[in-house]
Amino acid sequence: MRFSLIIQASPLQQQAASTALRFAQALLSSGHQLHRVFFYRDGVYTALNSSCTPSDELNLPDAWQAFARAHEIDLVVCIAAGVRRGVISEEEAHRYGKHTATLAAEFDLSGLGQLIEATLVSDRIVTFGGRA
Amino acid sequence: MAKSCLLISSAAPYGSSAARDLLDIALTASVFELPVALLLIGDGVLQLKSQQQPQTIAQKNLNAIQASLPLYDLERIYVEAEAMSFYDLQLEDLCLTAQPLQSEEIQALIAEFESVITL
Repeated sequence: MRFSLIIQASPLQQQAASTALRFAQALLSSGHQLHRVFFYRDGVYTALNSSCTPSDELNLPDAWQAFARAHEIDLVVCIAAGVRRGVISEEEAHRYGKHTATLAAEFDLSGLGQLIEATLVSDRIVTFGGRA
Repeated sequence: MAKSCLLISSAAPYGSSAARDLLDIALTASVFELPVALLLIGDGVLQLKSQQQPQTIAQKNLNAIQASLPLYDLERIYVEAEAMSFYDLQLEDLCLTAQPLQSEEIQALIAEFESVITL
């Protein structure tokens, strides 16, 4: 079955963020496909490359990137939610007059249309961190 | 059968960004011609209350965006009947035409959609 995930959970405040990654790993090991992971609301902080995780804690941004590289997973960050929170690509940094891009590798900034497209082509959409 | 999507929110209008973020999804879905319906449960029914004055807390008025939903062909709007009575709200207190649903009707509504997104 083809799945897409919507992650709204903050990577540091909600367990749902790490549950989402383990769910994604479980999907692939069960033979399902993962079409896209869409980061929305505070979930976009997962793609912030300037965050520093203590070495004895799970580094969720690194873990998502390793997962995406290993399985060629499409990780999309909502551009409107990202820009508001300072998660910006080179192009957006230039557009808004900021010095540095902060979007981690393996993540793409794109619009909510990517969420809708994922809804249209996936058999299942699973949301992590809704209702907050 | 064409795909369809139900958006569910239980968030009060200005306590978090959920109501606004939900409307962004609703409007985008409509641009992509994905039929969507809106279900507001619990505190979420307050999102539709008319005559909001959020400028006093430096927020944008959600009613202005909600008013455009019918123009985007988003006309299926449902509210949880129990939450409406909890807040002593009548349908006339809402800024859009909405259909009240009992909890068993909510179950049937959710079952009708291929995908459900909760905010």
